[in-house]
Amino acid sequence: MTIFGLTPSQTVGPYFAIGLPWPEGPHAVAEGTPGAFTITGTIYDGSGAPIPDHLLEIWQADPDGRFADAHGHGGASMMDGFRGFARYGRESGDGTYEILTVKPGRLPTPAGRLQAPHVDVSLFARGMLSRVVTRIYFGDEEQANAEDPVLARVPAERRGTLIAVPEGGGYRFDIRVQGPGETVFFAV
Amino acid sequence: MSIRESEESRATIYSPVAETPTNYLRSPEQDDPPLDSPAYKSTSLRHPKQPLVYLPHTLTEITGPALGDARRVAPEDADLTRQHEGEPIGFRISVSGRVFDTEGKPLRHTLVEVWQANACGRYRHRWDNWPAPLDPNFSGAGRCVTDDEGRYRFLTIQPGPYPWGNHYNAWRPAHIHFSLMGRAFAQRLVTQMYFPHDPFFPYDPIFNSVRDAQARERMISRFSIHGTEPDWAAAYEWDIYLRGPAATPFEEAF
Repeated sequence: MTIFGLTPSQTVGPYFAIGLPWPEGPHAVAEGTPGAFTITGTIYDGSGAPIPDHLLEIWQADPDGRFADAHGHGGASMMDGFRGFARYGRESGDGTYEILTVKPGRLPTPAGRLQAPHVDVSLFARGMLSRVVTRIYFGDEEQANAEDPVLARVPAERRGTLIAVPEGGGYRFDIRVQGPGETVFFAV
Repeated sequence: MSIRESEESRATIYSPVAETPTNYLRSPEQDDPPLDSPAYKSTSLRHPKQPLVYLPHTLTEITGPALGDARRVAPEDADLTRQHEGEPIGFRISVSGRVFDTEGKPLRHTLVEVWQANACGRYRHRWDNWPAPLDPNFSGAGRCVTDDEGRYRFLTIQPGPYPWGNHYNAWRPAHIHFSLMGRAFAQRLVTQMYFPHDPFFPYDPIFNSVRDAQARERMISRFSIHGTEPDWAAAYEWDIYLRGPAATPFEEAF
C-alpha cells in the first residue's frame, strides 16, 4: 500500500563534518568494554587513491545477537553501554577509518537459517549520490562464513572483499569502491 | 482541497508507525539518482562498476539505532540562529515538516540532522575557501528529534548558493543538507532540501541526477505564509518520505 513517493537521496557532499560527527561517534561500544577491538581500514576510489571525505557508519547486533534498536526490536541488548551504531567522519580525513566494537552474535534469517557474525556498513561521500552498503564478516569465522546465506549469494571469487582480516588484536577491512578488488556492495 | 487540509486529513487517518516491518520497500529506479552520473564529475571514480548483490532484509536491516536521547540532542540544537553570542547575518527562516514512511505513517522520535552554508553560501569547513565571508555567529549545523506526530522544526538563516568546480560557471542551488535515521538501517537517508523557484535548478547536475521530474519536486520545500511568524521568520515546509513496509517476496524466504 505505497501511496507516497520516496524522498530521493542526494550526496552527503564534502562538508558534512560541520554537523554529523560527534566525539564518541566511532564507538559502537563504551570504551573499556571487555572484548572490544577496533576495525580499521582505508577507503579507495577507482584510481586507487584514498577517499578523504568519506562518512562511514556501522550497525550491528551485540555478542548475544541482540540490538540497541530504537524500539527494542530484535531483542533489546542487555550489554552495558552497547550502541551497535558507529559513525566515522573527519573534517581533515585521510581516507582511513577506525571504529571500536565487539563481535556480533549469529542471527537467524527469516526462514531460520543462521547467518555468520556480520556488521552492516553505510558509506557516504562527495561524489556518491546515495550511500553504498556493504557487510563486514570476520576472517576467523570460517565455519560460520561458509554457512552464511548472504555470502552464498555473492560470487565466490568476490566473497573475500567482505572478510575482515585479523590484525593486531583487531581487524582490517579496506573498501575499494571501484576497480580491481572492488568491494561487494548490496542492493538494500 | 488545499495542501494544508490534505495534511490534516492525513494526520487523522494514519497513526504513527508502531510495528516494525519485517521487510522494507526498495527505491524505485526513477527515485534515487544513479551512482554513475557523468554530469556530476566526482561520481566517475566513486561508483561501483560491479552489479550490486541483492540483500534480503534480515534483522540487521530492519532494526536501527536510538540516537535521539537527551545527551546527544538538546532543544536548543534546533535553533541555528542562537549558537553564538551575536545573531547571524541573513534572512531568518523556519524549516519544518513531518517525517513519514511511504504509507503516510509518521515516524516519531527519529533523529533529523541538518547542515548548511551561511547566508553568503560559505560553509564553516576548512576545505571551503571560496571568497565569501564567514559569519562568526553562524556554525550551520543543527539536530532535533521528531515529535509524536513525526514533526521536526529548525530555525535558521536562508543559505546562499555557491560556486563549485564541477564545470565552467557551476553553482549549487541554495540547499540544506538533511540526514535521517528513520527506524531501520533500510530506511537511512541523506539528502538535500531545496527552495522553490531556484534559478540554478536547470544547471545543477546534483539536483538533476534524480531523473524523474516528480521525484525532483519532492526535494523542494514550499513557502508557507501560514507558518510564517509575523515580524520574525519566513516559513518553509518540507515533508520527508522514507521507505515503508513491503511484502516479503516469496523467493526471499531464505
